[in-house]
Amino acid sequence: MSEITSLTLFELIKNIKEKKISSNEAAKSFVDRAERSKKLNTYVTENFENCLKHSKEFDNRPNFDLKLPGIPIAVKDLFCTTDVRTTAGSNILNNFIPTYESTVTQNIWNEGGILLGKLNCDEFAMGSSNETSFFGNVQNPIAENIVPGGSSGGSSAALAANLTPITIGTDTGGSIRQPASFTGTVGLKPTYGSCSRYGIVAFASSLDQAGPMSKDVKDCSILLEVISSFDKKDSTSIDFKRNNYSKDLTNNIKGLKIGIPKEYRIDGMPDEIEKLWQKGIEYAKECGAEIIDISLPHTSYALPTYYIVAPAEASSNLARYDGVKYGFRSSGENLIDMYEKTRSEGFGEEVKRRIMIGTYVLSSGYYDAYYLKAQKVRQLIKKDFDEAYNKVDAILTPSTPSSAFKIGEKSSDPVSMYLNDIFTVPVNLAGLPGISIPAGTDKNNYPLGLQIIGKPFDEQTVLNIAYSMEEKINYKNNISDWWIK
Amino acid sequence: MSDKSEFFITRDQNIYEVVIGLEVHAQVTSNSKLFSSSSTKFGAEPNTQVSLVDAAFPGMLPVINEFCVKQAIKTGIGLKAKINNKSVFDRKNYFYADLPQGYQISQYKYPIVGEGMVTLDMPEGQKKVGIERLHLEQDAGKSIHDIDPNSTLVDLNRSGVALMEIVSKPDLRSPDEVNSYIKKLRSIMRYLGTCDGNMQEGSLRADVNVSVRKKGSKDLGTRCEIKNVNSIKFMQMAIIYEANRQVDLIEDGKKIDQETRLFDTKKNETRSMRSKEDAHDYRYFPDPDLLPLEIDDEYINKIKLEIPELPDEKKKRFIDKFNLTPYEATILVSDIETSKYFEEVIKDSDVKLSTNWITGELFALLNEKGLDISDSPISSKNLSKLVNFIKDGTISGKIAKTIFEIMAEKDEDPEKIINEKGLKQESNPEELEKLIDQILNDNQDKVTEYKSGKDKLFGFFVGQAMKVSGGKANPKLLNEILKTKLTK
Repeated sequence: MSEITSLTLFELIKNIKEKKISSNEAAKSFVDRAERSKKLNTYVTENFENCLKHSKEFDNRPNFDLKLPGIPIAVKDLFCTTDVRTTAGSNILNNFIPTYESTVTQNIWNEGGILLGKLNCDEFAMGSSNETSFFGNVQNPIAENIVPGGSSGGSSAALAANLTPITIGTDTGGSIRQPASFTGTVGLKPTYGSCSRYGIVAFASSLDQAGPMSKDVKDCSILLEVISSFDKKDSTSIDFKRNNYSKDLTNNIKGLKIGIPKEYRIDGMPDEIEKLWQKGIEYAKECGAEIIDISLPHTSYALPTYYIVAPAEASSNLARYDGVKYGFRSSGENLIDMYEKTRSEGFGEEVKRRIMIGTYVLSSGYYDAYYLKAQKVRQLIKKDFDEAYNKVDAILTPSTPSSAFKIGEKSSDPVSMYLNDIFTVPVNLAGLPGISIPAGTDKNNYPLGLQIIGKPFDEQTVLNIAYSMEEKINYKNNISDWWIK
Repeated sequence: MSDKSEFFITRDQNIYEVVIGLEVHAQVTSNSKLFSSSSTKFGAEPNTQVSLVDAAFPGMLPVINEFCVKQAIKTGIGLKAKINNKSVFDRKNYFYADLPQGYQISQYKYPIVGEGMVTLDMPEGQKKVGIERLHLEQDAGKSIHDIDPNSTLVDLNRSGVALMEIVSKPDLRSPDEVNSYIKKLRSIMRYLGTCDGNMQEGSLRADVNVSVRKKGSKDLGTRCEIKNVNSIKFMQMAIIYEANRQVDLIEDGKKIDQETRLFDTKKNETRSMRSKEDAHDYRYFPDPDLLPLEIDDEYINKIKLEIPELPDEKKKRFIDKFNLTPYEATILVSDIETSKYFEEVIKDSDVKLSTNWITGELFALLNEKGLDISDSPISSKNLSKLVNFIKDGTISGKIAKTIFEIMAEKDEDPEKIINEKGLKQESNPEELEKLIDQILNDNQDKVTEYKSGKDKLFGFFVGQAMKVSGGKANPKLLNEILKTKLTK
């Protein structure tokens, strides 16, 4: 059965449609593998029995016109799922079972997907290594005691370990692309407003965006097609004409102009990242793209801007977790005491740090100097991209400034952890689509990713470039199943 | 109504003026809440009108209710205010058990409605009160402390209901002006159908800002804000108490602290709730879940077409067209239902007489029974008929009052009452002459006295005639005939 779990989504769909594999067989394979992969700590909540049951139901009354016919799928535990516990990786939502479904997951179930379970993530998606989760860190299947990236670390690890054929994450500052890069998988953050935020536990509302994570670019385009939709329940959802991303997918990118931003060549960047980028440029040329040097002058301000805007919004978004209505409640002598104890015990250190930062930058007397200024800089960063897109169709950068690091290596140094997001946060600040594809390895044979950034709503070009380059790069993850005894 | 509304506080040689500004919270008349589709109906079982959005469940997002936006624009137009083409919803962050999100969605820097004006009709004449702004915001839930001795209960039915906060400029100078201002605001919003103005149900509440200064001074004193007062009477009591407290402090050479105070209705006093130093830092910032609200002029102009005639314009028309006094017109337009009733009555009846009957007898009746004019026991149609019978001499004013009393019991056609009870006025000159002759004959001594100069006896003869006729004698005719006969 092991070959079922190593299939791509596209292959699995094909096999199911051709009745070579039943939905139930597929579900059993993934459940079986997950049972033997507990050491990776990818699941926060398993939905295995229901998944097996629903896959049987699908087989009894199959509908092969659906885009995800009977496909078992595990999702990041930031998406609210009806009757299935949703924790956001936090103690404060440890016991929270929603009565409602996020729009993105609903879109998946509407197309025949079946929930395998909820995947581990950094607490409230705040982290770059999955080490802030209340449910413990996740192992990267690439090698023991290596982080899978974050915040969608459970998703990237489960995908790379063949525990789910495809998955979804959320990306506020790189939370899809960075873990994809760390695990040798593909991760796309769509244009802000493409995927509804309804039912996704909010981190930073103006930056949060759900997106597909997959084994290859084709799979990515299939899932994007399913989850991207206009939703009236999200006021920031945008009603634009969406492509049939998988149908329109092409490896012909001849004549496309790809920009190389000089500001992404940062001080102290490891040689192997620089080399990977150069390799990427060569691949893009081989694919027929024209390479153009560009400038994004405000890049160096992106990280500080992000670490003002995101905590500010988070400090307010997380105010609702007060022990009054749902979730964890500590006992206190009075209301204030109850609040303080609930939030002190319910939230982890990183979340509390960001709430403090966010509260500070919004305080009267500091608002103009921090939050307002950050919003202005954000506009400048967006303008940089707008101007660049007068000259180019897409932009190519490394996904991260390093490969996956050891568990515990950076957890005591938040700033060095934050630096991990340096190439991904400008994309969130500008609301653009960006994809990370595996493009090589470092000296330890750990995967490294390249990022392709597109124009707003132009996911198709991003996917096409990724698809074309993927063919040339021909990257294969080398995973030994070390965690299975 | 007193002749003058001015209000000063005197201590020895010093005369102080009170400066008042109001922040009125008016609940928007709307079936559903500002950012969710839950019902807003008053008086439902606790926590039965609460959506996942209202209770701030994880991942829930606000979606603006266009109807509430329209209501705010309408109100803005009614306040002769500038409607802003772009406004922004902000989050006002604070923790409280009945505030599920941990923030209130409100408008801070960019409200939907800018500066406007309300005109008050005071005994001294008209007074203009500036409106600073009107903005939309969510109401909080309700904390109930007195049901369970050990815990506070929370009812979220009100959570997320749309409120308009209407902020006046510090233009008010007396409790009477405050009374007049609130009533005028309420009247405008009722005309527009944007707020029912029901203070008992909390649809209209106000924060009152009070400061004092020596009469003639142009500088504003330090103000105190009295939170959440829910009746005009309490507002007036609170202002009087608070202004006197501040004057006493000044007279004692003490400083007034800028602070938020509560009005204790039982003790009739205000007391400190929190000082300026303890004031919340609400950390306002634009709500990233909502886009700025953009309204084009075309949209505003379309709404303008839906605006009915408002009290000020109606008053002007009543004065110009019907020759009413400003006082009468003010009374008749203050409530839209009253103005409607009035216009129905005068469709076929004399204006002056109708006005007197509505503002006199009818208002007294409604007042006595505690009824609104929309529940009047006498329909406008029947009152119109009654007025016509007086006008054409079918009945006397005195008889009309008797008929009115019968009508008040059951809304009957006055014609039917007149016929059934035989109350028709005697206007036949021959019949009246006969009557008068008999009275003069029976009272020859009085006639002699009258003729010798005792003019006052004229009333006696009229009284006798009325008595004998059972009140039905046409008074005008009676007077004429009597005069002729007595001068012979």
